[in-house]
Amino acid sequence: MITVDRLTKTYGGYRAVDDVSFECRPGAVTGFLGPNGAGKSTTMRIIAGLTPATSGSALVSGVNYPDIPNPGTQIGVLLDASAQHAGRTGREILALSALTMGLPMSRVDEMLQLVSLTPSESKRRVKNYSLGMRQRLGIANALLGDPKILILDEPANGLDPAGIHWMRGLLREYANRGGTVLLSSHLLHEIEVIADEIIVIGNGKIVAEGTKAELLQTAGTFVKAGDPSALANALTSAGLTSAPSGDGGLRTEADPATVGKAAAAAGVALVELRPAEGAGLEEMFLQLTAETQRETITPEGAGA
Amino acid sequence: MSTAAPITIDTARPGVPLGRLIKVELRKMFNTRSGFWLMLSIAIVAAIATVAIIIFADGDDLSFGLFAQGIGIPMAIVLPVIAILSVTSEWSQRTGLITFTLVPHRGSIIAAKAIAAIIVGIAGMLIAYAIGALGNIGGSAIAGVDPVWDTSLVNLVTIILANVLGLLIGFTLGVLIRNSAGAIVGYFVYSFVIPSILGFLAFSQDWFEKLQPWIDFNDATLPLFDGGPSGEEWAQIGTSGLIWLVIPMTFGIWAVLKSEVK
Ligand SMILES: Nc1ncnc2c1ncn2[C@@H]1O[C@H](COP(=O)(O)OP(=O)(O)OP(=O)(O)O)[C@@H](O)[C@H]1O
Ligand SMILES: [Mg+2]
Repeated sequence: MITVDRLTKTYGGYRAVDDVSFECRPGAVTGFLGPNGAGKSTTMRIIAGLTPATSGSALVSGVNYPDIPNPGTQIGVLLDASAQHAGRTGREILALSALTMGLPMSRVDEMLQLVSLTPSESKRRVKNYSLGMRQRLGIANALLGDPKILILDEPANGLDPAGIHWMRGLLREYANRGGTVLLSSHLLHEIEVIADEIIVIGNGKIVAEGTKAELLQTAGTFVKAGDPSALANALTSAGLTSAPSGDGGLRTEADPATVGKAAAAAGVALVELRPAEGAGLEEMFLQLTAETQRETITPEGAGA
Repeated sequence: MSTAAPITIDTARPGVPLGRLIKVELRKMFNTRSGFWLMLSIAIVAAIATVAIIIFADGDDLSFGLFAQGIGIPMAIVLPVIAILSVTSEWSQRTGLITFTLVPHRGSIIAAKAIAAIIVGIAGMLIAYAIGALGNIGGSAIAGVDPVWDTSLVNLVTIILANVLGLLIGFTLGVLIRNSAGAIVGYFVYSFVIPSILGFLAFSQDWFEKLQPWIDFNDATLPLFDGGPSGEEWAQIGTSGLIWLVIPMTFGIWAVLKSEVK
């Protein structure tokens, strides 16, 4: 179990992590979702004792990370799969960790097999690894000490769809056996696929948290027409409030039947009409991303 | 979803012993291609220096002392670089993210690195001596003279000590700068630029000339290379070592303990 309590980290005057509290329970995969620079990695580094917190606490089953004896055998941590000595072979990297933890070298082979790195791949130097191979090696390293708790920063980054599917299976089984998993991502889709519980962070603050079912379940309807403004007018004249959602669609609190009737009454042809499942989370996430967006998309020719 | 059993952390489990960490740190020095060649360069450099002495020195001048000195010069560069890289690669290659999560007590890692570097330094010097001895025997045979063994055992030990102190200067720069290129440049500044500045100062200022041996570590450790220091010279190694080694290393280790690893 991981308990983060009123955690704050400031760099100069900048609050990278701002009064963050959450809990990860055993038997579940907790997804830590947030746009770039939201404070995910910083929070995870604080949990693993690499970054000192400005205030607040982060405990692992009630224990401060530095007070855990031989922590690799109790918590598996992957913070950055690229943070490796480029000149070492994959196998050697695992061997160093196994030696540090006091594990037999047979464990290294087991882990290589688990993450599907072949013997010849494991003898290559890490600078010649693809991004996905590095992620697999990093996951193998985190699992080496057979820990009950896993902390993984962007583990799906660089994995192909088959790789993501594989990781979902791996973490699912791990959680089903009673393990605790905290994993981060800046992609809603990845988190949706893998996590049971979701914590959304933006600008250092928690903006939403709950089970996946709770967060994805949004009342209302998603509707899309060939002519969006005609649809918006139709809904307004039927007394339904709506807001833009996704690509060119609208979301309203009314149920699909009511929305369908209103569109039919105004003679607007619909392209899509469905319960707005997950749209709430997506909108919130898009909005979060838009706030911290680095470049504004200017339509070509605009302002010319 | 059903609630799973709570996970407890075992705080009674044995921690990671220092001996194991030293083994890991020694292994890290050898298990990259560049590290492997750097280690091998101890023997290569010693062999090159030996051959150069045989070729260029006058047959009558050949002595073990000459070989020991000739080999000592490149060693004074290789050994500190080994110590520097052992520390800085955790930051420059970012392996510290794993090292310091597996062992959150950074002081233990730093101690293991220092001990591993000293082990390598002493072993490297012994290998260099062995190569130098072979050179002395071979070189004398080629020149048709009897081999001269003019270096006392005490002096052999003080030369090793001098090299270990140089290695620790590298180590100190490593923990202070925590960047491979920066720390290596720092070491060259320390061993080439600073001596000429201090030398010039001593040359032009009388008061500094008297002070120099007490505060210039480079200068103070020179007697270790020839013959061994006198009582006063040991005291000078102590005072200048405090300035150049003990204080900066303490500060560097403190910075490592406090710093953010990312
Ligand atoms: N040493 C530092 N000095 C100043 N700002 C920092 C420092 N370290 C991190 N930050 C800032 O803290 C914020 C949070 O960074 P963090 O790496 O935790 O984000 P993240 O959620 O992991 O993002 P990403 O999805 O891109 O990995 C960023 O704005 C970053 O620039
Ligand atoms: Mg990050």
